[in-house]
Amino acid sequence: MSAEAAPAKTDGWEPKIVAFCCNWCSYGGADSAGMGRFQQPPTARIIRVMCSGRIDPLHVFNAFLEGADAVLVTGCHIGDCHYVNGNDKTKIKYKFLENVVRELGLEKERLQLNWISASEGEKFANFIRDVTAQIKKLGPSPLKPGGVS
Amino acid sequence: MKGSVAVVGGGIAGIQAALDLADSGFKTYLIESRPSIGGTMSQLDKTFPTNDCAMCILSPKLVETGRHPNIELLSYSDVKSITGKAGDFKVKVVKKARYVDETKCTGCGTCTEKCPTKVLDEYNAGMSKRKAIYIPFAQAIPRVATIDASKCMYLTKGKCGVCKKVCGPKAVDYEQKDKEIELDVGSVVLATGFKPFDPSVLKQYRFDHPDVITSLQFERLLSASGPTQGHVTKQSDGKVPKKIAFIQCVGSRNPRINRKHCSSVCCMYATKESIIAKEHDSDLDITIFHIDIRAFGKNFEEFYNRAQKEYGIKYINSRPPEVIVDAKNALSLKYEDFNAGELKTENFDMVVLSIGLDPSDSTRALAGSSGIALDNFGNIATNMGSPVETSVPGIYVCGAAQGPKDIPDTVAQASAAAAKAAALLSAERGTLIKERKFPDEKILSPEPRIGVFICHCGINIGSVVNVPNVVEYAKTLPNVAHAQEMLYACSSDSQVTIKDAIAKNNLNRVVVASCTPRTHEPLFQNTCREAGLNPYLFELANIREHCSWVHMKEKEKATEKAKGVVQMAVAKSALFQPLYKQKVSLINSAVVLGGGVAGMTAALDIANNGYRVTLVEKETELGGMLKEMTELYDGKKPADVLKELIQKVNENKNIVVVNEAKLIKVEGYLGNFKGIIQANGKEMPVDFGAAVVATGARNFEPAGLFNYGKDSRVVTQAQLEKMLGNSISAKTITMVQCVGARNKEREYCGRTCCIDAVKNAVRIKKANSNANVYVLYRDMRTYGVMERLYENARDLGIIFIKYDAEKPPAVQDGAVTVHDSMLNEDIEIASDLVVLSTPLVAGENEEINQLFKIPLDKNKFFLEAHPKLRPVDFATDGVFLCGSAQAPKLLDEAISQASAAASRACTILSRKFIETEGAVSVVNEAKCIGCGTCVTVCPYNAPSLQDVTVKAEEVTYTAKKSRINPAACKGCGSCAAACPAGAITAQHFSSKEIGEAINAFNKGVKSISIEQKTGTVEVIV
Repeated sequence: MSAEAAPAKTDGWEPKIVAFCCNWCSYGGADSAGMGRFQQPPTARIIRVMCSGRIDPLHVFNAFLEGADAVLVTGCHIGDCHYVNGNDKTKIKYKFLENVVRELGLEKERLQLNWISASEGEKFANFIRDVTAQIKKLGPSPLKPGGVS
Repeated sequence: MKGSVAVVGGGIAGIQAALDLADSGFKTYLIESRPSIGGTMSQLDKTFPTNDCAMCILSPKLVETGRHPNIELLSYSDVKSITGKAGDFKVKVVKKARYVDETKCTGCGTCTEKCPTKVLDEYNAGMSKRKAIYIPFAQAIPRVATIDASKCMYLTKGKCGVCKKVCGPKAVDYEQKDKEIELDVGSVVLATGFKPFDPSVLKQYRFDHPDVITSLQFERLLSASGPTQGHVTKQSDGKVPKKIAFIQCVGSRNPRINRKHCSSVCCMYATKESIIAKEHDSDLDITIFHIDIRAFGKNFEEFYNRAQKEYGIKYINSRPPEVIVDAKNALSLKYEDFNAGELKTENFDMVVLSIGLDPSDSTRALAGSSGIALDNFGNIATNMGSPVETSVPGIYVCGAAQGPKDIPDTVAQASAAAAKAAALLSAERGTLIKERKFPDEKILSPEPRIGVFICHCGINIGSVVNVPNVVEYAKTLPNVAHAQEMLYACSSDSQVTIKDAIAKNNLNRVVVASCTPRTHEPLFQNTCREAGLNPYLFELANIREHCSWVHMKEKEKATEKAKGVVQMAVAKSALFQPLYKQKVSLINSAVVLGGGVAGMTAALDIANNGYRVTLVEKETELGGMLKEMTELYDGKKPADVLKELIQKVNENKNIVVVNEAKLIKVEGYLGNFKGIIQANGKEMPVDFGAAVVATGARNFEPAGLFNYGKDSRVVTQAQLEKMLGNSISAKTITMVQCVGARNKEREYCGRTCCIDAVKNAVRIKKANSNANVYVLYRDMRTYGVMERLYENARDLGIIFIKYDAEKPPAVQDGAVTVHDSMLNEDIEIASDLVVLSTPLVAGENEEINQLFKIPLDKNKFFLEAHPKLRPVDFATDGVFLCGSAQAPKLLDEAISQASAAASRACTILSRKFIETEGAVSVVNEAKCIGCGTCVTVCPYNAPSLQDVTVKAEEVTYTAKKSRINPAACKGCGSCAAACPAGAITAQHFSSKEIGEAINAFNKGVKSISIEQKTGTVEVIV
């Protein structure tokens, strides 16, 4: 997970990661990361939605087309949804999303799903750190306007 | 009679009671002796058994309490006396001199930074230093400084005066004096909490050694806001310990020092602290030395099992008599290893004393001055059947002041006390409260004019993020009409600044870049409202939790990220439109399901608060499981309690009882439910605003276990309970605990079975002193003040034999064989009667769970909204829970919960209207294709398909179109994401708004140069 393994052309390059977080769990997890001072690379920008069920596949495509190097879909653990079952719907939509993103020729690391509770600050920080390391290895998204490939 | 209540004590109990009362239409005074509310919970790192961050769940409650229009907070104040009678009390309060004017102090912290005097910090249990002028902790409410008069150099020696010099708003006032005030209130709720046991009296535990610390100190060591930022280190040398021992029952279950009670929480907090410590450092070796492990609450046993299996925490059933300190100052413990049958000595780097809960000094003093009776333990005395009523009518008690208890039981009791006070004063409801008034909203100009306020948060943001740089950057963003920095955006003076800026610059959108919207959005939204802006024109950019705190070593990158986060918030907010909550009328009556003690109590409390109740009971008569009992824990007759309760229910004009009935259908939402009750083959409609589920549980039938059902000498504890209504002839009685509980099939602990067994054992022995009574147990879980029953039983000669789960007893022809794990030998007891103690199991809860869409846990009991702070709420608004339907519990606990559920229901029923969610989804009918996908995905039945007449060109036809009921919509946005026609907009989180934010991020932060008075600042991407 170190940057040394990254190709030379991406030296010093920082990926741009869009993280969709639900208000009740994963956004709270990101808050807990802050409260616990769990350090993480400054690569992610969080888009807060009330429920992961709000995340429209179009939002994810939009993020890629606008130049995101990775998109993270996060929400409450299954069974913990504040809106009864929004994350179950997310899970179903995510399967579809995964396929489309694969069809577009993107690596699987560029789209990731994770359930993070409001208390899992360290998990959130580790997630951002791991994804950043993975994307640094891959380099900029091929869909990026003016990107590689 | 007065429509006001004084709540004494601002811990979680007092906070909950005050919030419930204030929400139910009563003026509430919350009196706290310390500088901030929050109590012991504010010092906790995590809470068991979910390991939720304690401050994260507490802090919103603190904020809510601090800003509630009907709560007057008297912090740093002591209650001297309470006089008068129910309905008209006079409460004498001394407001201690804090030497700081609360109305002027902004909580900026400059004084605490400059103060030269350091003193031990009680918030960190004496393990770090604070200043003589201080704010106890970051989230303190009120956030004002207090001078520690005994330590301040100016107040003690007349020298220094630095704080006064540096204070910008001139809040420091050395001349301030204690002030006595008198409150006129109708009722009083005592929530005076507990005092942690001081282990220095037990010299053998060597609390004088720096590496022998209390569990509260250990809790602070684990906390990120603690003295070591969450790193567990030894106080002696700062090194990381490798081996830690916990000693349980320090200051509990110890008659020699007159601490006969069990403190109820220590087994679980020691388990929690061990788990967290292991999560920080998996190499840690942790041993917990205990007498019994009392994991009796909901999910506690599971937590205890995880601690052993997943975290490798060792539990040793032995209480070491002393802590040994050798010549090199190293620590060791000597203990008896029962398994090996030998004495062992083991070295440890750190010893944590699991200190008990003592009654607080203020409880004692107040009880003395106001004539309130105490029990034998020094807690405020109550009865089994009325667990929140003190000896003085009109004065109620909750939380640890009534006896040691954990947070959920405390919160439930707090709501229960609120219900009783509210019922007493229901004629005066709403007479002393004020409603928040906001000015009319101003007309928005078509162009967005955005104001951006960027917070330093003292040094929390400012020490990492270059705030002035971000301000200058914000000024260059499109539509930004004003940008400025603030030291604390949340302080009251900042609210004035924001409002002035809105007026002066004609702002119509506001972005504050500070901390998380999860706690602070409501604050700034209200500030916007006070300035005539719709609250939905506000956006928070989180540059603390998501930026300065997580990029502490990358200051430049953090500054760039902060700019990006602000840019996204600005881009999104430009699209914001005013949104309005709808006011919907509600039905001021309730339905209570279940006519046991819990259901009847809930119904009575709601009815006594002045609201109609329909009580639905499935059987032919009221009473539930209490009908099966023949004696209560305090020796009283259940039949008497039941008779009185049933009479009260039947005589209450507000209650309609429907027997042999069940609720078969429910539609609607909070405030407006429509249901159908089926009774005697007939169906009748019922409309209600709130519901309480009190459907109880049932006894587990141990079919096939220990010859039960085959041998008539083998009975259950419930059967014995009935038999003891008459005299029994059996001479040797053997009870077997944990039958059908704490096993693979049913992991949970039955909670009440140990106490029931001990109670019945004592009854047998008292009726016939020649009887031989044996109790075969795994852990005796006679928690709290019930420990006295256990002590009494041993005194009477009842024999307790501990067995291992791996070597369970066997029953053959009346003979019980058991392996005594303490003596390590097999024992055979020829018994006339074998009694199996079985747990309560969930009833037919699936039906109700489907009806209200309320969740069940894995044992099929109902799952509350939050295990700590919302123990009687469901996540579904307007539906509440109490009694054994939630988990097994004792009579007084069920009664407390029932009153609590009533209190929570009354916070709804007392409203004049229900406010709906403002950011709801709306359908564009022109785009809607009537497919019904939204109807399928919505868990709240908010969208429905309606026949709509459509006119297109020359043709008129009828088509299905979706309409979303704004009163039922919770704003999750699932329908908007699912709509294949793009016809649904999730307002405030629309695709356009989300798209603008993404676009702002990916466009990047443009390189610009800014002309400043001092020169040019290059802002680099």
